[in-house]
Amino acid sequence: MTLEAVSRILDCQVITGDERLDEEVETGCGADLMSDVLAFVKPNGLLLTGLTNVQSVRTAHIAEVRAIVYVRGKLPDREAVELAKEKGIVLLATSHLLYESCGRLYASGLAGGGEVEGERSDAGRATVLPAV
Amino acid sequence: MPGEPLFCQRFEVAGRDFVNAGRASTTIKSILRDVGVPPALIRRAAIAAYEAEMNVVLYARKGTMELRVSPKDVQIRVQDEGDGIADIALAMQEGFSTASEEIRELGFGAGMGLPNIRKNADVFHIDSAVGKGTTLEITIRV
Repeated sequence: MTLEAVSRILDCQVITGDERLDEEVETGCGADLMSDVLAFVKPNGLLLTGLTNVQSVRTAHIAEVRAIVYVRGKLPDREAVELAKEKGIVLLATSHLLYESCGRLYASGLAGGGEVEGERSDAGRATVLPAV
Repeated sequence: MPGEPLFCQRFEVAGRDFVNAGRASTTIKSILRDVGVPPALIRRAAIAAYEAEMNVVLYARKGTMELRVSPKDVQIRVQDEGDGIADIALAMQEGFSTASEEIRELGFGAGMGLPNIRKNADVFHIDSAVGKGTTLEITIRV
């Protein structure tokens, strides 16, 4: 799904990355806790969140999220916007709630991260040992 | 990347510094890209590093991160001075967290940090002493 379609479906305001709305996201992930994002979001995915601080963008960059939709009418703070510009992450904002936003995108064909094959089949198998 | 020389860099991480939290891991991600580590491994290393860095920021007084890149693996060693972890097996369970409300408001404390590190590592060593601190060794094979 293109980011332009995401923006249209969710009646979004484009905060940064207007010139990149032709790019596509493959899956969506809705979460307010960043470790959940790191655990479940897929590369080139879309993050929907109510967390508006700089860590939302830093987490997105680390996890290779292409765009963030801030829900519930929230807007990211200045540091978050600056970091998104620097890292090339598109930021959108919608007044819709997280549940509604995810539902609209899912109904329009954007899959959840759990529905596509993960990039690593042996995830979670590292041995846990005392540090030496 | 056979034949590449060993790369080594050390980062200082300050506890409770929420503004700079995650900067070291962002730099580690750039370094791994620059030295030619495969993209899928970079993402795993960056996620593991970021979770480990956030644990230092959120729970410890201070810490260090050491990145070592060799032709065969990426190693990240994180050592902090802090309260330590009383029950490592419990802390390794998904959803277990001792995070305060303040930490949760920042978007952390889901109880997924250590499980996320394990998930993304090929080998994960953890050692902790209550009242002293915690050491993590994360290895991702190239």
